[in-house]
Order: sequence, then structure tokens, then C-alpha cells
Amino acid sequence: MKYDLVIVGGGPAGLAAAIAAKDNGIDSILIIERDRELGGILNQCIHNGFGLHTFKEELTGPEYASRFIAQVEERGIEYKLNTMVMDIANDKTVTAMNATDGMFTIEAKAVILAMGCRERSRGALNIPGYRPAGIFSAGTAQRLVNIEGYMPGRRVVILGSGDIGLIMARRMTLEGAKVLAVAELMPYSGGLKRNIVQCLDDFDIPLYLSHTVVDIQGKERVEGITIAEVGPDRKPIPGSEIHYDCDTLLLSCGLLPENELSKTAGVELSPITSGPVVNDSLETNIEGVFACGNVLHVHDLVDFVSQEATNAGKNAAKYIKEGKQDASKEVKILPVDGVRYTVPTTVRPEVMDDTLTVRFRVGQVFKNCAIATYFGDELISKRKRPVMAPGEMEQVILKKSQLAEYPDIENITIKIEEA
Amino acid sequence: MYDVAIVGAGVVGSAIARELSKFKVKACVIEKDEDVCNGTSKANSAIVHAGFDAKPGTLKAKLNVRGNEMMDALSKELDFPFKRNGSLVVCTKDQDPALLDELVEKAKANGVEVSILEREELIEMEPNLADDVVKALYAPTGAIVCPFHLTMALAENAADNGVEFFLNTEVTMIEKKDDFYVITTDKDVIEAKTVVNAAGVYADKLNNMVSENKLEIIARRGQYCLLDKDAGNHVSKTIFQLPSKMGKGVLVTPTVHGNLLVGPTAEDIDDKEGINTTADGLGSLGVTSAQSVKNVPMRQVITSFAGLRAHEVNGDFVIGEAEDAKGFFNAAGIESPGLSSAPAIGEMVASLVAESLGLEKNPDFNGTRKGILNPATLSMEERNELIKKQPAYGNIICRCEMISEGEILDAIHRTLGARSLDGVKRRTRAGMGRCQAGFCSPKTMEILEREVPMSMFDVTKNGKDAKIVYGYNKKI
Amino acid sequence: METRDLICIGCPLGCSLKVTLENGEVTEVVGNTCPNGEKYAKKECTNPTRIVTSSVRVKGGKINMVSCKTKEDIPKGMIFDICKAMENVVVDAPVAIGDVVLADVCGTGVDVIATKNIEAK
Repeated sequence: MKYDLVIVGGGPAGLAAAIAAKDNGIDSILIIERDRELGGILNQCIHNGFGLHTFKEELTGPEYASRFIAQVEERGIEYKLNTMVMDIANDKTVTAMNATDGMFTIEAKAVILAMGCRERSRGALNIPGYRPAGIFSAGTAQRLVNIEGYMPGRRVVILGSGDIGLIMARRMTLEGAKVLAVAELMPYSGGLKRNIVQCLDDFDIPLYLSHTVVDIQGKERVEGITIAEVGPDRKPIPGSEIHYDCDTLLLSCGLLPENELSKTAGVELSPITSGPVVNDSLETNIEGVFACGNVLHVHDLVDFVSQEATNAGKNAAKYIKEGKQDASKEVKILPVDGVRYTVPTTVRPEVMDDTLTVRFRVGQVFKNCAIATYFGDELISKRKRPVMAPGEMEQVILKKSQLAEYPDIENITIKIEEA
Repeated sequence: MYDVAIVGAGVVGSAIARELSKFKVKACVIEKDEDVCNGTSKANSAIVHAGFDAKPGTLKAKLNVRGNEMMDALSKELDFPFKRNGSLVVCTKDQDPALLDELVEKAKANGVEVSILEREELIEMEPNLADDVVKALYAPTGAIVCPFHLTMALAENAADNGVEFFLNTEVTMIEKKDDFYVITTDKDVIEAKTVVNAAGVYADKLNNMVSENKLEIIARRGQYCLLDKDAGNHVSKTIFQLPSKMGKGVLVTPTVHGNLLVGPTAEDIDDKEGINTTADGLGSLGVTSAQSVKNVPMRQVITSFAGLRAHEVNGDFVIGEAEDAKGFFNAAGIESPGLSSAPAIGEMVASLVAESLGLEKNPDFNGTRKGILNPATLSMEERNELIKKQPAYGNIICRCEMISEGEILDAIHRTLGARSLDGVKRRTRAGMGRCQAGFCSPKTMEILEREVPMSMFDVTKNGKDAKIVYGYNKKI
Repeated sequence: METRDLICIGCPLGCSLKVTLENGEVTEVVGNTCPNGEKYAKKECTNPTRIVTSSVRVKGGKINMVSCKTKEDIPKGMIFDICKAMENVVVDAPVAIGDVVLADVCGTGVDVIATKNIEAK
């Protein structure tokens, strides 16, 4: 089998990338999706709040997905469901498998990685205690409730205040469960403020910042959870324990890009984002292999995933039509002073688009600070931000015209400064 | 009336059952949990010791060496993963190298091949050994095994050769009559001419029901961390530390499935169900393991667990007929090297029972068993043949371990098939990967619901009240 | 005079609002980035409303549940009544986005509508 472009993953990133590639002149596209329908994790995110940037209205996850799925259908873009990509070779041969076609290989001119992310598990968090039934990642509980229609708990404690955890606090409550508390290890929430208001405050669910789970009781099903306050070293403070009789612990403690396939292709990964290292085209170190969405770095809003994936689709189309873009120079983007990482990490001033959105996250809560951008040692822009938090993505826009005025710089630095 | 009732379907009970099925015998295995391999057998170091460590002359020494010898043939007959990766006991610059010499002496007495290697050779073999390691004892016959598959293979083969298994059945009382035993359970009453006590941490309780020679089994907890397959090549051999009073120290070993295992701690506890991990215990593993292996990537932990070793206070395995209870055979106090010794314990106990009952050989015994097919070992052509015949093999359920629906169906429908999420996980590895069943558990639940068949509300993690979902939305 | 601190839920920005009330009437809103913030603050202090999202069973569909939402805001105090009203709702496949799942829920005049397309089996 041969396709110009293979897109691994049919969630929001894969769909937007496919649409953009098609609109930029590529007809031979295959989306490979492991689940039974397109749309990815949006299908289980039945709450509203999606699409304000993209569609200027507030949609639920399935509605947001359906608009992209409709565009894929309209354009006649091919896709395979219930199909697992088993391997991606560094020559862009993709090996996949499903029940009807068996195992097959596809030679692709370009590949877009759009596999999304997974949740940190109880094991990865190394929470001590028993290992009974009743411990779920928030996303697993979300699938059980929203898609399968089954309730995984009656009395619930949630660890982690990521958005999925907050959303599930409300969902479980509305479906008849009692959510006793949300504990968050950090001194700030990992989720959006609006979700704290409408998912916790609306239902009088307490949020304990700087708290973690120190014990899980119950040999068959969870019978109790003990949380405790943590000090600045994030170690539990003896004597601060709070015990809850409950049958369920939900975990919403962070997302990890799923790059096992990227590794098989030899894609270089960032130790900070756990996603591929990419240049301004969102191209990885393997020529013709691009990445976008949560497999690249975990996003806060799906609108930004769609934007990023649109660029990846455009760039892949350009690569398929024109081949490798020669650039004599690659400028590094350095994240310092509170900026944890940037995507992309390099920019090629000669071949970049007119504007480039550099996305990043900060490492702690900043109040009344500014995002400063330096070309070499020279301050180029400084934008005030009343509040920045690690749970929310920030961005800086670089202009090609502006970069052209600084032909000699080696580095661009993005940092947080006092306003 | 059974000829033999074996209490406990761990690796020891299952090994005994299989050896007994080589005779013409009416035998059963009684297990309190919903699956075989659910106690000590499921949570241990998953290694087959070479046999240099046990005190010469003890049952532990004899049966370890014999069990180790039996593993190659057994793994072929019963189709379970087993690998002779060799083991090292490392000595750091602060430790007394004479302790290694003592091990060499014991190895000689036990008949185990070992040699002493110096740092240069060691580093070539294992580049990640700690900088302080100066020399080590090398045992090429040290090995690793999958304890689930070993136990399941023994149990399935025993069942296929006629041994009955009563799962979810807990023995509450045993009474000796003139020439048989009455075994009361939470289900039925079972009568048997002989009883084999392979009840793990509860073996003392069982023995003490019929014998005045009281046993005392202490549950000794060992906590472990299992690391991602990305870390699986950090060492190639099983790396032991020089033994201390409490046990064999912390080991770092690859597993047969390609993960890295670090543990165990050693804590004597009162609760025979106390398989909880503790912050201190888990926290100690990184520190202690660093004494023998450097840069163990503890950030890549995918799960942690604790197991209980059944330590009998007198130190050795307790195997044989109780002096004051004819027909009651103990296989008690089976702590490390119990997994290694299990096949030999099976042989020994089965022959004692056979002699006592005067059993004849079973001419119909079939000693081979096929494991669950692992399609990853097939070529693409073979795999496509398989999918054409059975499309379920093309449908991946567990994306981390790439386990197909076909493998899960096999796990459910085979002898002593899986009835729970853990049952499926132990047989197929679905849910054992880096996401720890986050994505696949709803799908596996659906398959169990359809295939067993059973109600979604009765699907459990591992039996009894370990239910996953309570009811439909808005109706709990 | 009374003041209330709110966080606007209008969009992910989550502006911190300070609302001044006199005799139950909102007299001043500060901290909002856009006009929606003021609108939200006034409503939240006088007649708070929410969109409710949930899912209900589907008969004869490729998927067993269909997600749904109240087409417009409903009074915040009625959230649980509305969930209760959906308890025994079952819709027949196929279902299209926008199909009415439950009309005029709890007499609010607001319909509960499907937010997902479900094909028939």
C-alpha cells in the first residue's frame, strides 16, 4: 500500500491535520484510528466549553469532533477504524493491523504523529497502600460513565486537580455519586479556574491544595483513603492526615504524550514534554515525520490542538510537494526563567511561515509578570500577564519579517520577567 | 471420596497436583480465591535461584537445585517463559569479600556451578553495576521465569489430566476420621483419604487443625517496584546484594517479559493479608538498589506491589507427612527459594502421597500444554493466516502491550480460564503495561461480559467483592 | 453595600471579578476582560444559570449511550432535578446532533438535545 501521507491517530489533531493537508493539495491521505470511531478523547468529553476560539461558540466535545469529522467526510479523506499502528520505521514505512485487513504495511512520503496522550497511572505515582478495585484514572472513569453508562463508584475521592479530574467530580456528582474531596499535591490547581468554579464550588466539593494520598485501604474494593498535607518539599506532614470512608479513588495527576511509536521510528524526544523535538514546521528529527497535538506536548485547550495540527498538515503537504526545505540556518529557542519548554525548539528564519506561534508552559504560578522575548541579547517584546499558571499554555508569536532584521542571532530566548 | 485433596492453588499446590496427575488418582485442589496463583506465587522476585545460597543439607538446598534443573524441560513441556540469564551476587568495597568465599563453599556443597569475577570482567558484563562494586559471585544457572505462567501451566496441565479445581472455596475446618479427612469449606464438605497442605501463609492454620506438632508461619512482606520496558535492559543478569540477616537484600533483575524489577524489602508483619505497600518501603528500594546497580531509572516505575513470604520459624521448608496425622502431608513454610523449588516439591510430595496410597502410574498422562499464543512471535504471513481464520487476533485491545482480542478469548476459554480483569491480565499481559489498564479495562470488561458470559456488575478485578462498576448511571 | 468575588466561567481565561451589589442589584463589576464577564457577574449574582450535560441510553445504536445537553442555560438550582428527569430516558437510534432527547425539561422551557450522532446498528 502506498499513500502520500499517513496520519497516526484520528482524534482532534489527526482530523485537523488531514483537513489541512487535503486543502493544501494532497489527495492521497490515510488516517489510522485505533478506536471504533473518529474523534479521539473528545467523544468522552461530553461537557461543554470547547471551540470558543475555533467556532466562536461553546460546544461539547462530541459536537466539536463532529464538525471536524464532517469536514473529513466531505473531502473524502480515507480512514481506517479499529486499526492499530504497530510500528513506524524511519523510512516512513508504517505497519498496522486490524481484524479485516490483517497486518499490512504502508509506504508513506510523510507521516504525521497524532497519537495523543495517556494518563499517569497509580503505579507511576507510586502511591502506597493496598491494590484493590476502585482505583481509576479519571479518564477511564469518564469513559465508563459517559460512553458505557456504568458508574464506577458511589463515594469518591479524587487525587489531582487536572481538568479531567475536576470535570469528573461534577459528572460523578450529577450521576448520583458523592465526591468527598479533591486533593492536589501542588499549592495551585492544575486545571482551569472555570472548572474549579463550576465543577467543585457549585457542588460544595472541597479542594485541598498541597495535599496528597498517603494510604489506600481495602483488600478487595477501596474502603478508605487517607490524604495528608505536604510541606514545601512535597513530603507528607505527619499529623495532618484526613481519612475518608469511600469506595473509589480517581486519579487526575497529569498526562503523558504516547510516543512509543515515535521511538520505533527513531524520533528524538524532549525529556521535559516527553514529546518529539520539532522545528518550526513541526517536523521531527526524521525528515518527513511531523507531530502535533497532545503527542507533541500536552495542551490545555483543544482549539490550540486544532491550530497546531492545521500547521502540521500544511507543512506535511508542502514537504510532500516540494521536498526538504533547505535552510542554511537554524535558530534555537531557549526557555529560561520560569519557561519550562517551548514548541517548537528551533526556527529556520529563511523557510518559516510569516508568523510562528511558539507555545510553552510556565513552571510555577506567576502574578503580574511579563513574557519577554529576546533575539540574542536584545529585548524584542514584553507582554504583561496578570496571572500565569502551569495548567495553562502560553504563547509568543514570532514574525518572519522581524527575524529577518536580525540575521546574526544564534538564539531566541523566552523568559518570565517582572512586569 | 477423593484420594487426595490439595489445599492451595499456588505454584506449590499446582506443582503437586500436576505431579500427582501422573498417577491414577482422584484428586482435587481447593482454593479460596477466584484464580490460581493469587497469593505468594503472584508477588515475588520471579527468579529461579541457582541454589548456592541455601544451607547445605537442608530441604531448601536440595529442592532448589533439583527445581532449577527441572525448569528447562518443564518450560518446554508446559510452554511458559523461562530464561537462564545468570545471576551475580555483588560485593562492594565496604563489604567483606570473605562472604563471597562462604557462598562459593556453599555452592560447592550444593553442587552449583559458580565463579568469582573481578570488577573489569563484571563491568563488561553489566556496565551499570555500582561504582563501588569490586567483585561478584557469578552463577550461570541463575534464571528468570514468569510465576503466573509457571503456576497456570502446572494447574492447567493438572486439570487437563483429571485433577478437579474448586476455586472460590475456602477451607474452614479439617477433621481427621479413622482413615480419611472431612474438609469443611464455605461451599461444600469434601472428603479425602489424604490431604496436602499447600496453603502458603495459612499452612500453619491448616496443620494446626490436625496435628499437635504446631507450625508457626510468619508473613514476611516484600515490596517491589516494576519498571517500564524502556528500563528492561538496564541489567541483563539478576543482581543480588550480599545476604543480610533479613533476607537476600534488594535485587535488580530483568523479567522474562522485558521489564525491570527492583525489590524486595523484608518486613515481618502480623496480617496474613497485609499486601499493602508503604511509602518507607517503596522509598527504600531506590536507595538500597543503588548499592549494587547505578542509575536505576526509578522514575519509570509503572507499578509497585507487595507479596508475603511464608516464613516458618524454624527456617527450612516443612515437607512430609505429619507424624501424628497419617495421610496429612505438609508443603509448608515455602518461602524463597520456593518458586525455584516448586517443581521439585511437587515431585517429592506426589511421590510421598503415591507411596502412601499405593497409586499406579497413569498411562494416559499427557504432560504437554500449549500456552496462550503470542502473535508477536509470528511472521507477518503467519499472523495474517491466523487473523484470516480468527479475526479477533487482528483486534488490539491492550495498546501498551499490543495484546489482541484473540489472546484474551484464549485466556477466557482455556482450561481454568480467566474470569476477572486480573485473570486476563496475568494470562495475557493485557493491562500490565505502562498505562496500567487505563485504556483497555472497559474493553476487557465487555469481552468478559460477552464471553463468560457474566453481568457487567459481576466483573471484578480479582474476585469476591472487587467489583469494578456498581450500576447504571443515575441508578446507584 | 455588599461585594462578591467571582471567577468568570464564560471562557477558559477565568477572569477574577469583583462585584458590588446594593439591595440585591449589581452596581459595579471590575476585573472582567470582555463584556461577557459583566453579563456573567450580573446573572451569577441575581439568577445563576448553567448548561447541564449528561448522557442517556440509546436503543438499537452502534453505541449504547448518547451525550446530551440542555440547549440553553437552566437555573443553577435545578441541576439535580434535570439530571433526575433524564434518569429513565431511552432514545431510539439513529440519533443526530440537535435531536430533542427530552422536551421542556422540568418545565424550564428548555429542551435537552443530543450532542452526538449515533448510527443505528
